[in-house]
Amino acid sequence: MSLLRTIAYAVTLPLLLILAWWLLTINSTNFFVPRPGPLASTFVDTWFSERFTTDVVPSLTRFAIGVTLAIVLGIASGLVIGTFSWVRRFCEPLLEFFRAVPPPVLVPVFLVVLGASDTMKVAVIVSGAVWPVLLNTVEGVRSVDSVLSDTCRSYRVHGAARFRHLVLRSASPQIMAGVRQALSIGLILMVISEMFASSSGLGFTIIQFQRSFAVDAMWSGILVLGLIGVLLSFLFHLVERRVLSWYHSQREVQRGR
Amino acid sequence: MAADPATIAMNPTPSNPRDVLLRVDGLKKTYSAQGRDVEAVRDLTFELVRGELTCIVGPSGSGKTTLLRCISGLLEPTSGSVVLDGAPVKGPPRGMAVVFQEYGRSLFAWMTVRQNVELPLKVQKMSKSERTRLVDQSLESVGLAHSADSYPWQLSGGMQQRVAIARALAYQPQLLLMDEPFASVDAQTRADLEDLVLRVRHQFDVTVLLVTHDIDESIYLSDRVVVLSSPPSTVREELEIPLPRRRDQVTTKELPEFAHLRAHVFRLIKRESGAETPDAHDSSSLATAGEL
Amino acid sequence: MTRTGGLPGRVLIGPVPGLLGIAAFLGAWEVAVRGGLVDDRYIPPASTVLVAAVDYLDDGVFWRAVGRTLGAWALGLAIAATAAVVLGILIGSSGVARRATHSTIEFLRPIPSVALIPLAVLVYGTSLQSTLLLVIYAAFWQILIQVLYGVQDVDPVASDTAVSYRFGRIARVRYLVWPSALPYVMTGLRLGAAVALILAITAELVIGGGGLGERIALAQSGGALDKLYALIVITGLLGVAVNLVMRAIERRALAWHTSVRGEVPV
Repeated sequence: MSLLRTIAYAVTLPLLLILAWWLLTINSTNFFVPRPGPLASTFVDTWFSERFTTDVVPSLTRFAIGVTLAIVLGIASGLVIGTFSWVRRFCEPLLEFFRAVPPPVLVPVFLVVLGASDTMKVAVIVSGAVWPVLLNTVEGVRSVDSVLSDTCRSYRVHGAARFRHLVLRSASPQIMAGVRQALSIGLILMVISEMFASSSGLGFTIIQFQRSFAVDAMWSGILVLGLIGVLLSFLFHLVERRVLSWYHSQREVQRGR
Repeated sequence: MAADPATIAMNPTPSNPRDVLLRVDGLKKTYSAQGRDVEAVRDLTFELVRGELTCIVGPSGSGKTTLLRCISGLLEPTSGSVVLDGAPVKGPPRGMAVVFQEYGRSLFAWMTVRQNVELPLKVQKMSKSERTRLVDQSLESVGLAHSADSYPWQLSGGMQQRVAIARALAYQPQLLLMDEPFASVDAQTRADLEDLVLRVRHQFDVTVLLVTHDIDESIYLSDRVVVLSSPPSTVREELEIPLPRRRDQVTTKELPEFAHLRAHVFRLIKRESGAETPDAHDSSSLATAGEL
Repeated sequence: MTRTGGLPGRVLIGPVPGLLGIAAFLGAWEVAVRGGLVDDRYIPPASTVLVAAVDYLDDGVFWRAVGRTLGAWALGLAIAATAAVVLGILIGSSGVARRATHSTIEFLRPIPSVALIPLAVLVYGTSLQSTLLLVIYAAFWQILIQVLYGVQDVDPVASDTAVSYRFGRIARVRYLVWPSALPYVMTGLRLGAAVALILAITAELVIGGGGLGERIALAQSGGALDKLYALIVITGLLGVAVNLVMRAIERRALAWHTSVRGEVPV
């Protein structure tokens, strides 16, 4: 019963919106506004073809490499900066600056330095996605509980064990929040880097559709990007629930008391 | 300022050689905060006898926690020394385990009860079978064998503090340090935990140093009580507790000796607080501390 | 943030180490380029870039570009914030509405705003509306999510009090929901402001139509490397300024609040 209700709540509004869209466009001749039926068939024709392997897969591969590198780099340098307060004081204004640079403006720079290569696109993704992970890791490391830290010291848990069992775990809620931001920034940069200088990839293809006024195909491309975003956020939730189950349950318990 | 009786009280007694586990000698700790030096502990000298349970009791703000942090090696004293079993303490030594007041913050929320107790042993690279044996034994002795796979935050405050005690026991320390361990639990739980400590100290044959502001608790638990002066701390008096070894929350506290000791310590501490504020209004906090 | 066990480096406090860090970074950059470690066809020396940045200060075209970027940013942020706050309070104060919209919001929110670039170009060309569309879309979700959390965070006791004193709907929003949600609104505004600036510059960069982003694109295609790097440094500084201003506003707006709450990790 409650499952039925949950499903009903989840699908009603989307169905209503699609219905409204369908009704409003049934006699539409507006060039810019697609109709549900043709859009769906265009979507299938456009993306369930070799384009999937020539455009979607390479884009997602670059995205995956870039974001993974950003996460590893961000956590590693965040741990160092967060652990040593003098390093943090030394770096803080610089980090504030780098975080504030809108990541897409680095695309032209990487284009100059690395040319229109895959490396350049991965570099663009890393350069934008690394900051939220890094800064959140620093915050997480800094906010390690002092009593817990003392506990580790008095039980002689130090070095690698301290990092693994204390620092990384207690910073993980902040780190995951950073990873989430890194995913969405990475996706944006994947698209932008391809729009700027590329001959393949999702961003490039969608811009091509737009330039050739293939409106339905362009919309279907936007839909693909949207679906990727939704899929990523779903995967993130799965991982996050696993990694932070202790954190969420603990908060629930604390709130209940 | 009352006269400093520390030197009188702490005259070594060669006629009665004691098996000393820990010696604190001329301990002094001065904090510097915003360019101002604050003297938390002035000059502390005392000894812990192997196998005994000693309580340090003192008015609030008397540097008890600072003292405990210095003894445990978490804090470096400004001067003076701490010697555990012949070895000077520089940084946390292997032979000590600490139980903190803030049980909720001293347990790893991302580890089960078993993993919490096991971690210090794992880091020492102790064998799996030995670890399991020690963890099971200590959890059993604090009555948490059935909660081994729960997470700390699923347990009540008293049970969380039991986990912390089990972790300390599994670590097999020579000296168990407890910093106001029962200050954040309710009265009934507190009585249970006090009796638990009395039981396990014999079972595990461990020397205990417990810091508290509760006079009743200090007398009830101890073989020896060290009374601190108001800050900057010195030893106000050190007294043996000649109560029967077997303690009971009701009968022990009914004994006339208990009442005498209680009154004696109470006056010592009240005088300490009174020296700071002639109105002695703040003795009310000690009255509540002494209830139960 | 107090932490025990920090380094007792008394000399290295205040702004000194941070300034040293900046100086070290600029120095390393300069030396690396001048020493030939990095090809100056790719990266000009720091001093050249800084000179180019300073040159911009009395360049009218540059200031008009800054004005346009900031104008799009402010207008977009204002529209997004208004829409998000109104919708957030409407949706958030009804359990049915919250559950009914959950799936839709969770679907629309992760759509990357740049996916809308081709649409914006097609419909609005290089006009200001293009930039606005992207800015509003990006900032809207950031703020909406925070408002939704904030509205749910109303203290149940305060809520019961309001009911027992027979507060009307408007009075409840005015005296109960809004003050409780305000810290979250401010957080959303701060996050939204940063995202809005990124999208404003990105839109100009990719679509064109004036503004700092277009200046960057022009500097790149014209091969004016010193200007390119100078503009990037300037956008970074602009971002820092926006962050500082938003944080100051947040502190002011929440000065009454006993505890300035943290943001929801979403």
